[in-house]
Amino acid sequence: MDLALANKFYRKMLLIRRFEERCVELYSKEKIRGFLHLYIGEEAIAVGLMDSFSPEDTVFATYREHGQALARGIDPKKIMAEMYGKVEGCSRGRGGSMHLFDAATRFYGGSAIVAGGLPLAVGMALSDKMMKRNRVTVCIFGDGAVAEGEFHESLNLAALWHLPVLFVCENNLYAMGTALEFTQSETNLAKKAASYRISSRQVDGMDVTEVAKSAQQAVAEIRLGNGPIFIEYLTYRFRAHSMFDAELYRNKAEVEEWKKKDPLILLHQEWQDIDINKYESEISNIIDEAVNFAENGTLEPIEDLEKFIYSLEVAQ
Amino acid sequence: MSSIITYREAVRQALREAMEHDERVFLMGEDVGHYGGSYAVSMGLLEHFGPQRIIDTPLSESAFTGAGIGAALGGMRPIVEIMTVNFSLLALDQIMNNAATLLHMSGGQFNVPLVIRMATGGGKQLAAQHSHSLEGWYAHIPGLKVLTPATIQDAHNMIGLALADPDPVLIFESAMIYNSKGALDTQALPLPIGKARIQRAGKDLTILTYGSSLFKVLLAAKTLIAEGIDAEVIDLRSLRPLDNESIMKSVSKTHRVMIVDEGWKSGSISAEIMARINEQAFFELDAPMARLCTTEIPLPYPKHLEDAALPQPDKIVAMAKKLMEKS
Repeated sequence: MDLALANKFYRKMLLIRRFEERCVELYSKEKIRGFLHLYIGEEAIAVGLMDSFSPEDTVFATYREHGQALARGIDPKKIMAEMYGKVEGCSRGRGGSMHLFDAATRFYGGSAIVAGGLPLAVGMALSDKMMKRNRVTVCIFGDGAVAEGEFHESLNLAALWHLPVLFVCENNLYAMGTALEFTQSETNLAKKAASYRISSRQVDGMDVTEVAKSAQQAVAEIRLGNGPIFIEYLTYRFRAHSMFDAELYRNKAEVEEWKKKDPLILLHQEWQDIDINKYESEISNIIDEAVNFAENGTLEPIEDLEKFIYSLEVAQ
Repeated sequence: MSSIITYREAVRQALREAMEHDERVFLMGEDVGHYGGSYAVSMGLLEHFGPQRIIDTPLSESAFTGAGIGAALGGMRPIVEIMTVNFSLLALDQIMNNAATLLHMSGGQFNVPLVIRMATGGGKQLAAQHSHSLEGWYAHIPGLKVLTPATIQDAHNMIGLALADPDPVLIFESAMIYNSKGALDTQALPLPIGKARIQRAGKDLTILTYGSSLFKVLLAAKTLIAEGIDAEVIDLRSLRPLDNESIMKSVSKTHRVMIVDEGWKSGSISAEIMARINEQAFFELDAPMARLCTTEIPLPYPKHLEDAALPQPDKIVAMAKKLMEKS
């Protein structure tokens, strides 16, 4: 880690933070609708993680994926246009906030069924192995996914078949509004993963340096062909689960306590030479541009409603 | 070249041809390898193609179906065998929320060229959890294609058709007819997905059906012709897309319609077909449409009760005769 990398990480985390804050404003203005799940507080994971992959690697994410999409390098303009439901969006506006997809960066969504992306990641890694491509598939999910059967089925398959998957659990302590201790018999989730003979670790998810270090190491190990790795990143979301969440299930003191570990503040404390003001102004412009782009985007004509159900036109 | 083989052998031959023709094709599912397939369809394929391409999976329907989707996204051409339609419910999330939606959610970026095969239907005294006919139910879902091979030719050809399709295709093989024999012509041009076939031409009434019920209908048609009723029997072949054109053409010819569907009546594919005929060919009808479905109960174990619940040739004959009396 040097100042250049610290600058890069800070800038990316700030981009996510400010992007998300703008999304909240736009939601209040009813420019963005539907579900909106914010990544504020968890930025270090996406940024540290995405820095460790190469362009040919594959990403499967969840419905709280704006941060990962930005960190992976999808144009903020295309993401914002997607939020607006415009044709210029990264999923042509068909997906919205929860379904960001981008072939160019191998970003496969954007899945809104908890744990639904895990089997897909296993399959993608299987195809890489079969086609002898030295790729890694990263599969990101939350602590809630660990309670799903698909988590266990998928980890078992990936370990059994020695597949190149990095399973990333963003443990923010709550599955929507239910605390981990109310849903898991074993709250150390890395232990659960280890029971499938998967090399598993618990890492501080608020420290971008630690995230990047652990991810790079994991990716290097996976590329050797030794099978999957599981990392549980301990993190916290500073905002509500979604725009409909009144946050009755946790107290303000707890939130404030975690805010002391704000990944942006932590990084700045460590690298005080980061030129925060420069990035604030640059990012503010980037987001303005993105909003402008989305505002001026095109609404898909209703005549196209039945497109993208089948690859070729099918008379139904 | 034509040969007489079983339905099971026809599927197996198609799998073998597909895997020899395209190295991206592989078969994955419960007991497809060492056991040889729950219905012995993949018997011998493990020995021929090896464990990299004939993959035994754990009993994890959701994960291996989802892995099929992921592998399809990754450029492979997976064939996922879900032992029976009954277990496909454990993979329904993957089939419906991923396979059927990814192309659309991604704005056309990611298609899923996946083939899912499963056995369907009752009639073997396997009771309430192993006798479902849910193909009509799957036909409700946009983004999927639903095929129901009845003939030996289709049991074979539909594998190739499904693999050539860029989107997810579900093939429902009728468990009751794996042992049935018929002619397979490997030179014949396959009838495309979405086309029905007139299995027996007739002029007095149209009987629409699919899967193993086709043979019950053909038996009934023999009885009916002896009694002077000339039934046109149509094998739908594909429940999604449905061949509206062929259906309406036959309705316009015979003006009487009966549907035999092994699914339950409420919300069934037969209900959908009736609705379409009502919408598109109502004035061609000389009599109200009729349908024979499975009695709306979970299938019972005792043979006499199961037989009574499922569509049978004598019931088809009785219903057809009654339909001919109406005007």
